[in-house]
Amino acid sequence: MNDQRPDPDSLLERVQRAEARRRRGRLKIFFGACAGVGKTFGMLLAARERRAEGLDVVAGYVETHKRAETEKLLEGLEILPPRLVEYRDTQLREFDLDAALKRHPALILVDELAHTNTPGSRHPKRWQDVEELLEAGIDVYTAINVQHIESLNDVVSQITGIPVWETVPDSILESANEIELIDLPPDELLQRLKEGKVYLPQQAERAAQNFFRKGNLIALRELALRRTADRVDAQMRDYREDHAIQDVWQVKERLLVCIGPGSYAENLVRAAYRLAQSLKAEWIVVYVETAKLQHLSREQRDVVLRTLKLAEELGAQTVTLGGRKLSEEVIAYARTRNVTRIVLGKPTRSGWRRWLFGSLVDTVVRQAGDIGIHVVGKESDFLSLRSENPYFSRSRLYLGLASEEHRPLIRWRAGYAWAIAATAISTAIAWPMLDHFDLANLIMVYLLGVVVVAARYGRGPSILSSFLSVVSFDFFFVPPRFSFAVSDTQYLITFAIMLLVALVISNMTVSIRYQAKIAGHRERRIASLYAMSRELASTRGEENIVRIAVKHVAEVFEAQAVVLLPNETGRIVYPKGEGSAQSCHGSDLSVAQWVYDHENMAGQGTDTLPGGEIIYLPLKASSGMIGVLALLPLNPSRIALPEQQRLLETFTSQIAMALERVRLVAEAHSTQLKMETEQLRNSLLSAISHDLRTPLAAIVGASSSLVQDEDKLDGHARHELSQAIYDEAIRMAGLANNLLDMARLQAGAVVLNRQWQPLEELVGGALAGMSTHMSHHPVSIKLPRDLPLVEIDSLLIERVFANLLENAVKYTPSGTLIEISAASGANELVVTVSDQGHGIPAGEEQHIFEKFHRVDNEGNRGGAGLGLAICRSIVEAHGGRIWADNLPTGGAAFHFTLPLTEPPLIEHEEAHLS
Amino acid sequence: MNNSATIIVIEDEAQIRRFLRTTLASEGYKVIEAETGKQGLHEAAMCKPDLIILDLGLPDMDGVEVVKGLRAWCSVPVVILSARSQESDKVSALDAGADDYLVKPFGVGELLARMRVALRHGSSTTNGEKESVFSAGELTVDMVHRKVTVSGAEVHLTPIEYRLLTVLVKHAGKVLTHRLLLKEVWGPNYVERAHYLRIYMGTLRHKLEKDPARPRFLLTEVGVGYRLAVT
Repeated sequence: MNDQRPDPDSLLERVQRAEARRRRGRLKIFFGACAGVGKTFGMLLAARERRAEGLDVVAGYVETHKRAETEKLLEGLEILPPRLVEYRDTQLREFDLDAALKRHPALILVDELAHTNTPGSRHPKRWQDVEELLEAGIDVYTAINVQHIESLNDVVSQITGIPVWETVPDSILESANEIELIDLPPDELLQRLKEGKVYLPQQAERAAQNFFRKGNLIALRELALRRTADRVDAQMRDYREDHAIQDVWQVKERLLVCIGPGSYAENLVRAAYRLAQSLKAEWIVVYVETAKLQHLSREQRDVVLRTLKLAEELGAQTVTLGGRKLSEEVIAYARTRNVTRIVLGKPTRSGWRRWLFGSLVDTVVRQAGDIGIHVVGKESDFLSLRSENPYFSRSRLYLGLASEEHRPLIRWRAGYAWAIAATAISTAIAWPMLDHFDLANLIMVYLLGVVVVAARYGRGPSILSSFLSVVSFDFFFVPPRFSFAVSDTQYLITFAIMLLVALVISNMTVSIRYQAKIAGHRERRIASLYAMSRELASTRGEENIVRIAVKHVAEVFEAQAVVLLPNETGRIVYPKGEGSAQSCHGSDLSVAQWVYDHENMAGQGTDTLPGGEIIYLPLKASSGMIGVLALLPLNPSRIALPEQQRLLETFTSQIAMALERVRLVAEAHSTQLKMETEQLRNSLLSAISHDLRTPLAAIVGASSSLVQDEDKLDGHARHELSQAIYDEAIRMAGLANNLLDMARLQAGAVVLNRQWQPLEELVGGALAGMSTHMSHHPVSIKLPRDLPLVEIDSLLIERVFANLLENAVKYTPSGTLIEISAASGANELVVTVSDQGHGIPAGEEQHIFEKFHRVDNEGNRGGAGLGLAICRSIVEAHGGRIWADNLPTGGAAFHFTLPLTEPPLIEHEEAHLS
Repeated sequence: MNNSATIIVIEDEAQIRRFLRTTLASEGYKVIEAETGKQGLHEAAMCKPDLIILDLGLPDMDGVEVVKGLRAWCSVPVVILSARSQESDKVSALDAGADDYLVKPFGVGELLARMRVALRHGSSTTNGEKESVFSAGELTVDMVHRKVTVSGAEVHLTPIEYRLLTVLVKHAGKVLTHRLLLKEVWGPNYVERAHYLRIYMGTLRHKLEKDPARPRFLLTEVGVGYRLAVT
């Protein structure tokens, strides 16, 4: 075994990535340290070269900032007209994505990758437009400055002191096929600035003061160079992996970042991202929702959600854990996920508090064992500015939580009222006890009151109740009574301990209550998921699955929902049948189509068309896209919760799997049908080849003799030959009839033409039709005179008789008797056709009714083995049964039943006499 | 029998036409061939045939339509040729006025017998002559005296049985559809009640036939109707 060989999985992954890239357009990024280094210029220069090579180049969106040199380069290039958008009384120029997709050039230039689109555009960010262009197979040239890179964003802000709001996820940079660094020494840049080549002159001065300080420029340049170097390094590593150069033994690293509330969490996430990048590690961001953290304000919860979203954008996996103790949960989770390093923030507690209560870091360090711990320092509070970022404030709208503070005020007040009442009640209960019990027992009564308040009304009221209890105890019971004065100083210790115990009890009770609440939530979620999976598992048919899915999604997420499926041509269409009350028919098919094509979610709270009210989720199964789930939540903020999102994802995957299962079952069914048809066709071919060729050979032989040797043949010989031709032709006609009947019965094309018939007539008809075949077999007919009428298709039942008789003739020696009899039972008529032949070989009783089955496969008796199969089809179509057995006297008996129903009334004959 | 009758064969299959031409010509008939329904109707108008043999599966028009077209202006006997898959078309064509039918493949004997019956009925309707006594084998029906005998013994029939028998006698040898018999015997309101006909046919058979399950006179044409055997 050669360890140096590349891991097959990672090799496959690389091949798949390469394939995806081949289908995608190529992305080239012109990367600069800051504005004015000449990115647009470089991009245009490169584009002109491509055009000179004969490539179809279009300038999708180029911002020249009215710089003369740049504008000159733009001359001669095809320019896509910008989309003009009215926004707050101004007209904005935006890149026209749809026009670009329609124009579909080989290469398109889209400047300013970090640009934020006007609200109402398809995507909130330009880089998402670029993604779509690449997806459509168009090559893109674009430009970006280092300060817009998501992971470097905070660093840049620190250096320059200016917050940057327009950011691009690092993944875009990483997925770029090429990055060209446009580098310009700071002095030259400042020179260009002075000459007015960078910004318009009047703005230049202000910009230079704020941003274009030499120190800033040097730092930014370093950042840009380092980022590019990182990428080159990554490329080299890829190359080494490709070529099995592996002199460094690598362990797959996995980071776990533990975040808490507060803006500091963002710092932590960015720092962890950089660490994960440098380690080439997977990383998980964990937020532990302990009881204590349930009391966070709406703003604080927002920060948590935002941080989790940021982490996801940076490529982390995010998890929300619930638990009693932060450190325990984190360590336990880290162990289950084989985490190699845990990233924590610096302890916030300091001094004596840290010594007294411990800190997360200390606990985790103590318990972590072999897991490495990174403690990240708090950089600055500067980033709290970010909350004023317009993008985030908008996102808060849909990330916002229905927070605990929204509980009705009355309930809140009632809690405190009850706290007072509980203390009063405790006092009232304790009052009569005073004479009989020790004071210590009265304290217990008060503590009980505190527990009750804590369990029912939460933290505030329970604290109030604790204090009130101590005060009441002092006032009413501690001597001197009815005074706050204390005679014995030892009571002061009693008060202190009583207060402490009351507070601890209340705190613990509240914690337990929250735990129970969280557990309840979680259980409900799992129960709802289980309920749906169970119902889906026991359901057949696409329509039913869709109905169940919609019902459950509507219930669990308090939303209107609809499952949109594509038609044969891959276009998403509205469901056909009647929608249920929970259906959401306002869904936009074009958005759903986009989701279906791009396998990505869209609509509210997502990256694509976040302005809409409806969320569109892809239903993706192992075999590919199945459809789209559209959701109109009544309470959008609830859906935005990470746990809800995950639950929704689980729901969609369950639905997709159920739909896929239905599809696979249908496919398997049609495959089986095809196989059966194939088998039938093979039997048919062999039957035809044998049973049609034999009579044909006789006919051709006899007729050719008649044609060629006409003169030599005497009358007798001629007659013999003609008779042979006639007999064989009749045999072929019989076979053709059977095949035709079988085909019609099989195709389900036969509609029974039921009429009330006496059986006698049918027997007569069949015997008349068979008269030539039956000349050597006497037939005895035993039909009771009072046989009731049966409602049957006479032509078909006659075929049954004819086939059974033909069979009897074929398999019995001539001269033996054939008997037809019938008897009426309670609700069916049993008809029997029996012969006096050799009977049916043992074990063949069932098989003889199968298609193309023959008792003797030599086939010298003719027939394709269809006769009895036809009989069975016909009898079963009439609701009867057919079977065969051997008579005790020898010979075979074929029985079939015909159901008897109430015959029609016959008017008395005299009524018709005129 | 006058075998110099003119026969139009409306059939698109060349081999069947060839066989019919050869056979019928050797029997002394004059044969005119038509490949399509339109051509057939045209020939029928032109040469006043004594009988038309019509295939139901024509390429240009429905055989039933050809029968209706013919019946619109003449009563020339029509014998239709049908394939097995055309059961309902066959009955429609008979109801539309065709005189008899043959299912492919058929033998020459059958064909000539049907043609003879049809030609006889064609001439009898034109000549207006009616036989007062019908006899076939042991069966005799005296229309004048309303007397039915089997092997000389008189059989008592109910009025409806008698009426049914007379309708069959009137068209002896020809197939009569359920619909036609119901209309003639019970009246136009009864054409859908085929079970009436079947029950009376059953009792009639028990009165006239030796072995009712294997009738010799009152023959069943399964899915089509009944025929009174002529010999």
